[in-house]
Amino acid sequence: MKPEELLFAETHEWVHVSKDGDNQIATIGISSFAVEQLTDLVYLELTGTGTMLTPGEEFGEVESVKAVSSLYSPVTGEVVEVNTGLSDQLDTLNADPYDAGWMIKVKLSDDQALSNLMDHTAYQKQCAGEH
Amino acid sequence: MPYIINTAQDQQVMLDSIGLESIEQLFDSIPDTFRLQRPLNIRAAMCELELEQHLSQLADRNDDTSRKICFLGGGSYDHFVPALVDAIASRSEFYTSYTPYQPEVSQGNLQAMFEYQSLICQLTGMDVSNASLYEGGTALLEAVLMAISVTRRPGKVIVLESVHPEYRQVLQTYLGETESELFTLKTPTGALAVDELAAELNDQTACVVVQHPNFFGCLEDVNKIADLAHQHGALLVQVFDPISLGILKRPGDLGVDIAVAEGQSLGTPMLYGGPYLGIMACREQFLRRLPGRIAGQTVDQQGKRCWVLTLQTREQHIRRQKATSNICTNQGLLALRAAIYLATMGPTGMQEVADLCLQKARYACDQVSTGTRFEAAFTHPVFKEFVIRDRENQVASLLAETEQSGILAGIPLGTWYPELTDCFLVTVTEKRSKSQIDTLVQSLAGESSHISAIHA
Repeated sequence: MKPEELLFAETHEWVHVSKDGDNQIATIGISSFAVEQLTDLVYLELTGTGTMLTPGEEFGEVESVKAVSSLYSPVTGEVVEVNTGLSDQLDTLNADPYDAGWMIKVKLSDDQALSNLMDHTAYQKQCAGEH
Repeated sequence: MPYIINTAQDQQVMLDSIGLESIEQLFDSIPDTFRLQRPLNIRAAMCELELEQHLSQLADRNDDTSRKICFLGGGSYDHFVPALVDAIASRSEFYTSYTPYQPEVSQGNLQAMFEYQSLICQLTGMDVSNASLYEGGTALLEAVLMAISVTRRPGKVIVLESVHPEYRQVLQTYLGETESELFTLKTPTGALAVDELAAELNDQTACVVVQHPNFFGCLEDVNKIADLAHQHGALLVQVFDPISLGILKRPGDLGVDIAVAEGQSLGTPMLYGGPYLGIMACREQFLRRLPGRIAGQTVDQQGKRCWVLTLQTREQHIRRQKATSNICTNQGLLALRAAIYLATMGPTGMQEVADLCLQKARYACDQVSTGTRFEAAFTHPVFKEFVIRDRENQVASLLAETEQSGILAGIPLGTWYPELTDCFLVTVTEKRSKSQIDTLVQSLAGESSHISAIHA
C-alpha cells in the first residue's frame, strides 16, 4: 500500500479501509516514521481476534531497546484478524511497514472516527514538527 | 547496639555548614499554629546502661525456638541456618546496602541477584526467576495478576481451599476490588479431588492456584491439575515449599506455568512480622509479564563479564502506570541469604534436609496418632506437615498446656477452617530430634510436663 493512500493517527498508526461485502474492514499498522523513532525493535505483542476496540484503546505494545510503547486503535470495531507471524519477524516492520507489516484488521462498527485521522500530507507535517 | 555519634560539636558543624544558628531554626517554616507548644509527652531519655537493661527486659518477654521445642509451621519454618549464611550475608557491603537506584554501579549486588535467580531456576526447573518479591503471599498475588494479564482473562481465578488461608486473603483483598471472581474450590479430604476442578474451569478462567505440598502438608496431584487447566487455556500457578524440592518433582517438571514460594526457609530464621522472601519464577514465554527486577549477565566494553538490570522498560520508573506491577524493588538481603543457603547445601544437601523432614514428620504423625485421642485428619501422603484431629475437641487448651511444658505443638486450624476446630497443624523440620518428637507425643498424651525438660 502506498502511504499516500492511507489515513494516520496522531499516535502514528496508519489505517487502510476496504470493503468486504457490506462490511468495512480497517487494516492497521504503524508508520515508517514510528518504526524509525523506536530504533531497534525487540518485542511485539498484539491483542487477539474478537477484541472490541474504540478509538484510543490499546491493541498491543511494541518494545524497543529504548522503551515500551502502546499501540492505540484509531477506529471503532471488532478485531477480525491479527498478523500473528509479525512478532517473530520484527524486521518486517522496518522493511515493509505498510504491507507485510500490517498488525490487525478491524471490522468497523462505526466509521465516524475516520474523520479524525490525518491524510499523508498532514501526517508528514506532524512528523516534521516532532523531529 | 550500634553507637551513633551525635555530639553538640557535631551538631554545630552541621548547622554551620547550612548557615543556621540553632536546630530550632530548622522548623521556622512551620507556622506557629501548627506547632506543638510543649515538650512531647514521653519519658526522659535513659542513659545507655538503663536503656540496655530496659531493652533486654523487653526482649526477654519473647519466646524463640531456642527456648521452646517448635512444631509450628504453616508458612514459616524452623529450619537450620548454616553459619556460612550469616558470615557472608552480614558483610557490610551487602548488609547495609539499599536498593541500587543506579544499579550498574552495584556490581556485587547485581551478581548476587543473578546467582539467586540462577539457583531458583535450578531449584524449580522454571526458565526465569525475578530477583525476588516481598514475601510468599504477595508473590502469589503477583502470579495471579500476571496470569490474568497473560491470558487476557480477567473473569475468574480458581484457588484451592488447601492454599494457605492468609495467601487467599491477600488475593481477596486485591481481586475483591477488580472485576475478577476469586472462586475457592473446597478440599474437604485435605487435597483436591481433581474431577471437581473440571466443572469450574471455563474459557474465562485465567489460572488455577494450587499449593503443593498444601497448607495441610498434603501432596496435590499437580500434573493432572496442570493438564486440566491447560485444556481450558488457563495457567497453573503453584505455591511450593522450597525445601520440599529436595525430593519432590520440580514445578517446571509438573507443567506449572508460574511458581511462587515463601523463601524464609532458605537460610533465614523465623521472624515475627518479617522480613520474608517472595520467590517467583515462570516459563520463558511469560518473561515480559514477570514483575519486579531481573538481573542479567552480559559483557562490558572490554569484554569482561558484568551484570545489569534488564527488561527495565516495563518497570514503574520508566513505564509509570502501565508498568507490569507496582513492585519496583526486591528483597535483596533475604534473596542473598537464600542464594548462600542453596549454594551451601547443594543438590545433595537439599535432598538430605528434605528426606529428614519427610522421615521425621512420618514418625511424628504415626506416634501422635497411636493412642485413642488423636488421629491423622487426612489420608493423603504428606511432606513435613500433617493435620491431627483431637477426638476430644479440646485443641485450644491442649496447645496451651503443651506450651506450658515448653512445646509449641502446632497451629489450631479453626480460625480459618470452621469444620476443623478439632484439628491442629503439626510441622516437623530436620531440626527436631527423635527425643523431641517423643516429648511432643508424651506431652500431647498428658504425661507429666517435666519429661520435656529431661528430653529436650
